[in-house]
Amino acid sequence: MESTARAGIDYRANHALTIKEFPYIIRWRDDRCKRCGSCTAVCPVRAIVPAVRVQRVVSSEGATPTPTAKRRVVHVVEQVNDMERYCTGCSVCALVCPNEAIYPEFNPQNKFLHYKNKGGEGYKRGGRRNDPSISTLDRIKFTRISMLTDPALDAGRHEFRVRTYLGRILSPDRLPLSVQGDMLQVDRGKDIFIPPVREIYPIMIGSMSVGALSPPMWEGLAMGVTYLNEIEKMPVVMCSGEGGMPPRLLRSRFLKYFVIQIASGYFGWDEIIHALPNMVEDPAGIEIKYGQGAKPGDGGLLMAQKVLKLIAGIRGVPMYVDLASPPTHQTKYSIEEAVAKMIQSMSMAWGFRVPVYPKISGTKTARAVLNNLARNPYAAALSIDGEDGGTGAAYNVSMDKMGHPIASNLRDCYLDLVKQGKQNELPLIAAGGVGKKGNLAANAAALIMLGASAVSIGKYIMQAAAECLGDEYNRCNLCNTGKCPRGITTQDPKLYRRLDSAKVAERVVEVFKAADVELKKIFAPMGRSTELPIGMSDGLSIDDKAMADRLEINYAC
Amino acid sequence: MCRLAAVTSSDYVSPMEPVLALETMKEGHDGSGLGLTLKDLGGEFEKLKSYPILSGICSTKGMETLEGFMKKAGFKLKHQWNPKVKPRKGIEARDFYFATAYDYPASYKHKSLSEKEDLLLNTRLSLRRIGEADQSIFVFSFYPDVITLKEVGDPLETAEFFGLDKDTLKAKIILAQGRQNTNYAIYLYACHPFFIQGFSTMTNGENTAFVPIREFLMGRGLPGYIGYNSDSEVFTHILHYTVRQLGFPLHYYKDVITPMKDNEISQRKDADALRLIKQSMRQLCIDGPNMVIGFTPDGTCFMVQDSKKLRPGVVGGLKGKYGLMSEECGLDSLIPKRDRAKDIFPMKYDMVIVTPEAKEVKVWNQLQGRV
Repeated sequence: MESTARAGIDYRANHALTIKEFPYIIRWRDDRCKRCGSCTAVCPVRAIVPAVRVQRVVSSEGATPTPTAKRRVVHVVEQVNDMERYCTGCSVCALVCPNEAIYPEFNPQNKFLHYKNKGGEGYKRGGRRNDPSISTLDRIKFTRISMLTDPALDAGRHEFRVRTYLGRILSPDRLPLSVQGDMLQVDRGKDIFIPPVREIYPIMIGSMSVGALSPPMWEGLAMGVTYLNEIEKMPVVMCSGEGGMPPRLLRSRFLKYFVIQIASGYFGWDEIIHALPNMVEDPAGIEIKYGQGAKPGDGGLLMAQKVLKLIAGIRGVPMYVDLASPPTHQTKYSIEEAVAKMIQSMSMAWGFRVPVYPKISGTKTARAVLNNLARNPYAAALSIDGEDGGTGAAYNVSMDKMGHPIASNLRDCYLDLVKQGKQNELPLIAAGGVGKKGNLAANAAALIMLGASAVSIGKYIMQAAAECLGDEYNRCNLCNTGKCPRGITTQDPKLYRRLDSAKVAERVVEVFKAADVELKKIFAPMGRSTELPIGMSDGLSIDDKAMADRLEINYAC
Repeated sequence: MCRLAAVTSSDYVSPMEPVLALETMKEGHDGSGLGLTLKDLGGEFEKLKSYPILSGICSTKGMETLEGFMKKAGFKLKHQWNPKVKPRKGIEARDFYFATAYDYPASYKHKSLSEKEDLLLNTRLSLRRIGEADQSIFVFSFYPDVITLKEVGDPLETAEFFGLDKDTLKAKIILAQGRQNTNYAIYLYACHPFFIQGFSTMTNGENTAFVPIREFLMGRGLPGYIGYNSDSEVFTHILHYTVRQLGFPLHYYKDVITPMKDNEISQRKDADALRLIKQSMRQLCIDGPNMVIGFTPDGTCFMVQDSKKLRPGVVGGLKGKYGLMSEECGLDSLIPKRDRAKDIFPMKYDMVIVTPEAKEVKVWNQLQGRV
């Protein structure tokens, strides 16, 4: 202690953090700042504050140099060194600054995780896995290009059918068909259950709940999806996430564009069940959430500050209480019996007219789940959410370290179905990291050619349609706090008023139209246009031999 | 691009006729091989129509193995035809080329055709397995009234190598295929036409959807769906699966390999069935560019195009003799005295069907679902 004191640091200062431990360091320019206060007012975590300092200023006036030192009080913008108010790097300060006087800079030497556990509480956040490395999906290339021996198709001229199926598909030898004359007719007398199947666009919007998302964000996505269906004739579907749906939407003809999710908290299902007799359309599907790629084994969580009147009403709960969904469905003790029962119950609720499928997080045990579902004639699909998926709230350790990459998980499952000859019967939906680096169409096409019938996106659409600030360097990632500076994941009207739902909808439409063109640009040179190239693995290559072997695709370098 | 020439006739025709038709289509170098499948045989096989004929190639050692195997399996030799091989430069002669008619094992004499077909298929597959590793046995077909000949070389020279210009071997239906030299390794099992249980097809073009189709077929649990040394073999197996295994009328082959858009399907009287087929057989959709010529066990011949018609194909002739060709010059060679104005160039929705004995040509239209 004595020696410390001699060095000019007391014990309080010694236990404080230097700014170098922080993940983002604020770069503020005194000479450009006009002290308007916009940045400090807008900072969602109060990481910067206006402060007053005494400065010694040397100045000279007159014809000859006559330096004079003065002490004066100046106003500055300071970064606080409180880990509870760390700068998240969201850059909203830079967004509002009229003079480009401030911005946060990523500090790769930070020791953030060493300290972000005050009170013995692990670091919780929203967002995605903080791993900026290039994902397997982004390393996959399309290398079977039709050249001369088989003419390539023309993405601009030829007809393309970029569609897929959601629902259990009967094996050809089980189709209830009979020959009448030289024509086949469906023989209703054969008493074979024909499962419901929807023709959908192969990129779905994944499950993000009303509650996790702000009203204008959810509404913007919903409007965009509806526009795509009704005007652009692209059958894009969107999953509700756990937390129900706006009551009027449940009773509207637009319900057919939505997959309703049921998860372990059953939030929103009171309202849904009550709306059932008044539904004029069936939903596109029912997704039973058993797991989430971003936080496998963890339940859902909507924090109290996000449970405002609208959300409480839809979910049928009191306002301002934490809404935690358990990690597992409490009534489920075995896949053989209980999961099958749940699938059948949900099917029965809609008279077996709606595809019902489970969603699991990517896991080494996915094949066991798959094989069970393959034997269940009511299971309509299996959605697998890989580790690069996102979430509104979870422990950092769950997000960063738990879960399975989607590429090999999906491929294993597809090849398992191939072995059983059931690859066309149980569609696989792949999610988690699709469009992580912005390559939506390429990632989607890669997964499809590895064996997915469809892919699901979440973070990508939040970034592309609503300018979500998050990235793999832990930027922003405040979804759990209700302080989303873009107004995407907040229930605070002051924040979500910033977000224009019409703009979001417009961007959703643009994103899907552009992805559609890009998918055709991938499929055309590979000579595919009529059906989705599901499992066309000979078209893929990767620049890593081990990955190529693991995925059973070509190695090219 | 492969050259394809098929003939269907009410009279017996020499295999040289379609081979010469192939010759008219020749452009540039072509030394990669000839494949011939003959059905409804004349000549020395005319009186042996109910006996299955094993067609293939063997080494001396392979022939010993094969004879022993067939004897043990209970097949009795009925008749053997061997081509009178005339050496040709560039064609490496193998030890034995054969087409051998057998009588069924005693236990199969009174079994159904379907059971007999399964026996023949399994026997062919067993022989293939035995002889494939050391290439001592190649077997291409084992079926009543069908012979298949294949060898690597210029198609016309290969036909002459087999002595077909002097032989009495004839048939009413002949599929002939000359492979252009676009394949890197020339392997006999990759050579068209392909055959399985009375169904045969040959194709030109590449099959971009090959891998998903192959994986789907291999998952059907049928032992014959193996091989796939060529991406075109799946076309034969899709035909077999659609017509024999599922019992669909022949024209549904077109609906399986080139399914229509939903609004087009809605116009068909069998729309409900078509929707289910489109879903359930999604993996069997081809994306071209392909033109397929084939025959079914009853002697019906057909030609179909991919859904964009990216390959040529023409059918024409006279009552009693029709040619199905990849190029019109082949038709001019085969049937010069026909009315060319009546030649049919099938478009993307068409399936040209020539009834047995070449009695009638019909164009079945997929949009309308009728002829």
